Amino acid sequence: MQVKNRLRPFFENINFDRKDNELILNFGPQHPSAHGQLRLMLHLQQEQVVKAHPDIGYLHRGMEKMAENMIYNEFMPTTDRMDYIASSSNNYGFALAVEKLIGLEVPRRAKVIRMMLLEINRLISHLFWLATTALDIGAMTVFLYAFREREYLMDLVEDYCGARLTHSAIRIGGVPLDIPDTFIPDLKKFLDKLPQNIKDYEDLLDTNRIWQMRMEEVGVIPTEMALSWGCTGPMLRASGVAWDIRKEEPYELYDEVDFDIPVSDKCDNYARYKLYMMEMRESAKILYQVMDMYADTSTELMAHAPQYISAPKLDIMTQNYSLMQHFVLVTQGMRPPVGEVYVATESPKGELGYYINSQGGPYPYRLKVRAPSFWHTGVLTDLLPGHYIPDVVAIIGTTNIVFGEVDR
Amino acid sequence: MRRYVPKDDVQKKSYYTDRYWVAPQVPKEKVSSDKVFAEDLKAIKAKFKVLDAYIQVEQMVVYIQPEDNVGVLALMKNVLDYTQLSELSAVDFLSQRGEFDIFYQMLSMSKRKRIRVKCAIKEGEAIESVEKLFRSADWSEREMYDMFGIKVNNHPFFKRILMPDDWEGHPLLKTYPLHGDEFAAWYEVDKIFGKEARDIIGPEIRDDAAVDRYDTKRFARLGHEVPYGAEIPEGEPAVATEYQEDDGVFLIERFEKNSSTVITDRDR
Repeated sequence: MQVKNRLRPFFENINFDRKDNELILNFGPQHPSAHGQLRLMLHLQQEQVVKAHPDIGYLHRGMEKMAENMIYNEFMPTTDRMDYIASSSNNYGFALAVEKLIGLEVPRRAKVIRMMLLEINRLISHLFWLATTALDIGAMTVFLYAFREREYLMDLVEDYCGARLTHSAIRIGGVPLDIPDTFIPDLKKFLDKLPQNIKDYEDLLDTNRIWQMRMEEVGVIPTEMALSWGCTGPMLRASGVAWDIRKEEPYELYDEVDFDIPVSDKCDNYARYKLYMMEMRESAKILYQVMDMYADTSTELMAHAPQYISAPKLDIMTQNYSLMQHFVLVTQGMRPPVGEVYVATESPKGELGYYINSQGGPYPYRLKVRAPSFWHTGVLTDLLPGHYIPDVVAIIGTTNIVFGEVDR
Repeated sequence: MRRYVPKDDVQKKSYYTDRYWVAPQVPKEKVSSDKVFAEDLKAIKAKFKVLDAYIQVEQMVVYIQPEDNVGVLALMKNVLDYTQLSELSAVDFLSQRGEFDIFYQMLSMSKRKRIRVKCAIKEGEAIESVEKLFRSADWSEREMYDMFGIKVNNHPFFKRILMPDDWEGHPLLKTYPLHGDEFAAWYEVDKIFGKEARDIIGPEIRDDAAVDRYDTKRFARLGHEVPYGAEIPEGEPAVATEYQEDDGVFLIERFEKNSSTVITDRDR
C-alpha cells in the first residue's frame, strides 16, 4: 500500500552529482556516533568537509508547549527527559527558577542533598561522555571501565530516589527525601577509589597515539567563535574563558566549598577531554566537602511556604488546614507571582537556563529552556568545515551533545 | 451546548480561581539601586530610546523599540562588554494586546551581570536579525520563527529548525492546541501513504492518553486477551480471565477464581 516515491526526504532538490566534484554526505539521523538524532548534511571535497548543515528536530516533543499546559510541579518529571544523562541537573534548574520567582529559601539540608545529587550527576554525565566518546574513537576498554564506575553512581542515586535514569529527585522548595544511612559511606567508598579510576582512564588514553591523533589540534574552537555561538561549560572553558556559573554566580552552597575551575587555551578536542577529567576530580573534591556539611544540618527538607509548598506529611495527616492547602496545591497548583525570571545553572554540559514568564496563573505563561547542547550543535556549522570525515565523529563526541536537550 | 473555549488562547486554564484573588507581583527594583546596571542603562539611554527599565530577580530588564534591536545589542557587545547572547525568544501576547514580546538574554562575563533586552512587535511585523553580532542568534531566530512564525529580516539561512519544513502552523502560539491541529493529525498519513489512504488508516491519535478498547489493532484488549484485529461488538462486557500456561508452572498451583472464596469479613 505504501507509495514509495512519496517518502521523499528534504534536500531532495540538492543535486548530488555536481560539476565541481562536491559530494554531499548525509550523516545520520540514525548513526551510532551521532549521539542521538543528529542529521548532518556534509558537503565534501574528497574527504574534506567544506560546508556542514546540522539538521535537528528528530526528538522534538514540544516540552515548552507542554509546560504551558501543566502546573509547575507536574512539569518536573518532564524536565528529566531533556538531558537524560544527568536528569537531576535539569530538575534542579527548573526548581531553582521557580524558587527565585516566588522568592523561596531552601533549608540547608536540602541544599546539601541537592549539591550531592548535582555533583553525582556531573560525574555520571562525564563518565558517560568519556565512555561513549572513547567508543566512537575505538577505545572499547575505557568504555567498559567508565560504565562500571557510572553503574556505582547510578546505584547510589537509586538508593536515594529509586530511579536510575530519570530521577525527578528534586522538588520545588527542597528535596522529597532524606538520604539513606548507607548513602554517605557508600559515596565515600566510591570517591576513595575514583582518583585511581580516573588515573586508569588517563593511562589508557593520555599518551595513546591514536587518541592523540584524533584529539590534538582537531576541532579547534577559537575563543571568539565559542563566545559568539553561545558555547558554555567545558566547551567554553576549553577555549580559554574561565567562566563557571558555580563559581561566578554561586547558587546553593557552591560559595562555601573550595574547588577549582580547570581552564585550557588549547581550544581543541584534547583540551576538552582533559577538562572533563579534571572536572571529575573537582566534583569529587566538592562531594567530600558536602558530605562533611551534612552532619550539622537540621532535618528540615522542604521550605516552609504554605501558599506554594505542601506542608510536611505529618502536618497533612494531623492538621486540617495543611490538608486543605495540600489539596488545593495538588489539584489547582501553586500560583507564583506575576513576573519573569531567567535563572542559569551550570549543568554538566554548560549553562542550563530556564526563562519563566508567569502571569499569576497556575500554569507558566511561557517557559523557555536554554539548553547548552542546542548551541553546541549549532557551532558545528562553523566548526566542521576544513575537517575530515573521521574528525567529524571525534568532534561530535567532544561537544557532548544530548538530543533530548537539543530538541526538547 | 458545547463548552465555550476562547479561540485566541486554547492553552489549559485553571478550572477555579477565587473571585477575590489578586496575583502578587515579583518585586521590581529601581535601576539606580545597582551601580553597574545604572551605568549600562545610561549608556543605552544616551543613544536609544528606552521605554522602561527595572531590575527583577537580580537582572536588569530594558524595554526598547524593536527597530533599535541591532543597535542596542551592538552597543552592549562592543562598548558595554556583554559578550554572550545566551538566549533569544518570544512570548505570545497576541490575545491580550496583539503583540509578541521578544527578549534577548545578554551575559557579561567581566561584570558578572545579565541583562534582558525586550521589545514588542505587532503581529505580522518582522524584526531585524542580530546574527551578524552573535552567531548564536542564527539558530535561536530560526527557532523563534519555527515556534511563533515571527519573520526575521536579513537572516542567512531562514528556515524552520525543529518542525519539518512543510509543517503548517507554529506550535508555541497560544492559538495552537496542545495535541496539534487537523493538519498535524493527517500529516504522516498524507505524506507516507497519500491522501487517498485517509479512510483506511484514519487520523493519527495525538492524545497519548487515549485508549480505544474496541480497537484490537492498536491496543491490547483491556480485560482479557483477544486476537489481533478481532471484531468486538460495542458494549460487550469485560470478562476477567487469568492467564496461565496450559501445562501449568512449576510449583505454582492453578488459581481457580470461581471455586475460591473471597474473605470480606475481617473477623471471620
